[in-house]
This record gives sequence, C-alpha cells and structure tokens, in this order.
Amino acid sequence: MAEMLQAMTALGARSPAVVTIGPLTVTERFDIAFASVAARRGQMARLAKAAKAAKVPLPDPARYQGGTPYCAFWVAPEMWLVEAAFASHELIAAALKDALGDTASITEQTDAWVAFDLAAPDLSPLLERLCNVDFPGVPDGYATRTMLEHLGCYLVRLGPGAVRLYGPRSSAKSLLHALEVAAASAW
Amino acid sequence: MIIHHPILGPRDAQEFVYLGDATLIDRPDGMNAGTEAFHDYAYNRDNPAGEHRELWYHEQGDRSWLVVTRNTVTHEITKVELARDVARAKGRSK
Repeated sequence: MAEMLQAMTALGARSPAVVTIGPLTVTERFDIAFASVAARRGQMARLAKAAKAAKVPLPDPARYQGGTPYCAFWVAPEMWLVEAAFASHELIAAALKDALGDTASITEQTDAWVAFDLAAPDLSPLLERLCNVDFPGVPDGYATRTMLEHLGCYLVRLGPGAVRLYGPRSSAKSLLHALEVAAASAW
Repeated sequence: MIIHHPILGPRDAQEFVYLGDATLIDRPDGMNAGTEAFHDYAYNRDNPAGEHRELWYHEQGDRSWLVVTRNTVTHEITKVELARDVARAKGRSK
C-alpha cells in the first residue's frame, strides 16, 4: 500500500518557516498558488475581457493588484504573475486556462518560487542594504523584479512595513540567509 | 549609467545585459539574400566612435529587449525604444 505522501516546503521542512530578527518577521508562504499569464499575439483585447469576467486583475506596469480569488502583478509587457489561495486553487493553471482559453499562454509557477512575507514597522533599512529598489520612494502596490544577493526576485510593496518577496525556490535557503544577514546589520 | 526604460523609467544599467549592434534585428532573408549579405550580417560590424544603436536586455527587470541609442564616446543615451516596436515598424514579427 502506498504511503501517505507529504509535501515539503521550499526550505525542506514539513511546515513553513517563521523567522524573527529584531523588528523583522519573515514568514514563508506555503499557501499561495502561482501561475504566469502571457497574452498571445494580437489577443490582448480578448484577454482583458476574459480576465475581467474571471476576476483576474491585469494591473498596469510595475503594479500589483489584489482581489478575490485572484491577485496579480505585472512582470513584462502583456504578461502577469497571478496568485490565488492554494487551498482553493491548487490547480491554478488549469483554472486560468479554463477562464482565459486561447487568449493567453499560462504556465504553472507554484513550485518554481519561494514566497516570503516581510513585516517590520519600516522595511527601508533592510531593503536599501539588499537591492536597488527605492523602497521609501515607491507607492504601495509597486511590484518589480530586482536583484537581491545575486538572486533575481520579484518584490511587491504592500505597505511601508509589508513586502512579499518571490525568489527562486532552489535558492530559498540562500535568500533567507541573505535576509537574516541584512536584518542583523540593519537592526 | 542609467537607462531610461520606455515603460519602467530610469533603471540602473547593472540590471541589463548588453548584446551588441542593433542591426542584428535586420536579418537578411536566407532564401534570397545570398551568402554575401548573410556574411555581412553574421560577421561584419561597424565600430563607430559616436552614436551607436545597440541591443540591451533587461534581464533583472521586465526581460524586454531594448534598442538603445548611445554615444560610445560620451556614454550619453539619447533614445531608448522597445526592440519589439522597432522590429514591427520594419515589418517584422507580423
């Protein structure tokens, strides 16, 4: 009889990590389903219509837009990364394919990334040590790709003290280590 | 050096990867152009001291290809376009 299989987090544990360094809390998010949506050539108008009907936000460049059940941020011209709750949207790529049909190319991304939520009263001292994003200068809802300790990451500013960070899953430990080192230096 | 990305605004040149002369967009028709034109396309590059149009890739950004007009003497950047728009304006990628 097959044994019960148990999923592991990006850090190789049974349950997601929560790390506290001074005022900073890093929470590994294990509960987000993730997929990319790229408009097919000449299909942008049809994609926008289908996405609206399916409640998939398609925000402007460098922006994040929340929503239910889907949240999304812009990554490239006519391309977005879409988030949803893992519990209800484990098969996010199939759900998006059903909703958007042949207007977009959709790629499952859930297990390609590690997601960390950063929380502190002010994240500026941490992020100015780690990347070139002008964190105090950008508005809430700003999303960008950036280099963080040699790792290409996506950074979403949810508030002055709230950031969601997506990094390459195979480098999850290195990314967490970089956050810990920078936090120890900042506070 | 700062590159003014047409969509994202000013971005550090460290986020970009340099490819080279933007004439790479103008690949000759392999069936009709003949070997001379293809030899030129593959091997011959101008090396101007002055204004130069070149391809840059925004690898640590939105991963778009850009055509950057840069003065190779002063490093002044006078124009930045999406390579997609440049190619389409020439009738490519239809």
